[in-house]
Amino acid sequence: MMNERRAKVDESGLFAALPTIDEEVSRRLHRRLVEAANAAGVLDVAYRTIDTPVGALLLAATQKGLVRVAYGSQDHDRVLDGLARDVSPRILQDPARLDRVAREIEEYFAGRRRVFGVPLDLQLSHGFRRTVLSHLREIGYGQTASYAAVAKASGNPKAVRAVGSACASNPLPVVVPCHRVVRSDGTMGQYVGGVEAKDALLTLEATA
Amino acid sequence: MSQKPFEEIVAEHGPTVLRVCRAVLGPVDAEDAWSETFLAALSAYPRLRAGSNIEAWLVTVAHRKALDHVRAASRRPIATNELPERPARDSGSAGWESGVWKALEALPLKQRQTIAYHYLVGMPYLQAADGIATLRQTLLKGESR
Repeated sequence: MMNERRAKVDESGLFAALPTIDEEVSRRLHRRLVEAANAAGVLDVAYRTIDTPVGALLLAATQKGLVRVAYGSQDHDRVLDGLARDVSPRILQDPARLDRVAREIEEYFAGRRRVFGVPLDLQLSHGFRRTVLSHLREIGYGQTASYAAVAKASGNPKAVRAVGSACASNPLPVVVPCHRVVRSDGTMGQYVGGVEAKDALLTLEATA
Repeated sequence: MSQKPFEEIVAEHGPTVLRVCRAVLGPVDAEDAWSETFLAALSAYPRLRAGSNIEAWLVTVAHRKALDHVRAASRRPIATNELPERPARDSGSAGWESGVWKALEALPLKQRQTIAYHYLVGMPYLQAADGIATLRQTLLKGESR
């Protein structure tokens, strides 16, 4: 949203008498811009944040589908800069485009949803990593698989470490369930959103 | 260096561009011109050369959009017995009664723009002196009455 900034050059204060730009004006103009941009098909990436039990999640979608989910620990500003670089700089905050995924994630955290139905845009993931992500979606709710098992399912049993890095760079955590991949000895292993978040998700799925 | 998300451009420059649109067009058309400016800027943004002065670019776009409005307005018939086509959507309309817009409105468009660019954006190369002198005069006259 726009921040009120004092006119830096109006030293004489002539323009101080013009109406101020308050929050309401900023919000209205922003909403209008988003609507016009969607209608013209020039809003390439829409985003919003939602509060969840594992902290604020950033959600971003292209016109094809959900392209990015990010934890607060990943620094949302940096993630948005990355989207500007890797997808398109035509990025605006537009909660409406993400209404459905936001609702599904809320239902998931409430224990009322086991499978996500929103369309996904996997353009941020390439090659073997993308293959791994597609196999992650085969691990059902409440289940886990080892890094070795995912490597085998992805067609390269020796690529256990590569599965680890595919999970660590998963652009769609929570929705593409890399949290369900654990070590062969049964311990949790690392997680893109931190070990506490992984524990929270696995506990939720085990008890819901 | 890659470009910033456009959301940041709106946050950083939105208020300045709105001030310029208001000073040039007044309360009724300013928000339309702002919206058209930022929609056009969003469309063209990926093609903007790295290192460009974004504020100057946006003001240039706003300048063109304001001209479009003035031209469209001059083509509209003046219907005195009809209600205005649109209400002024400015929530802070109280500020418009200060006399600044009245003074600005009395000036030719070119002077109004020059004043807006000088005071609100700080573009000295736009030769603002003439317009400012006129505005000061008009305002002072207004105050002494």
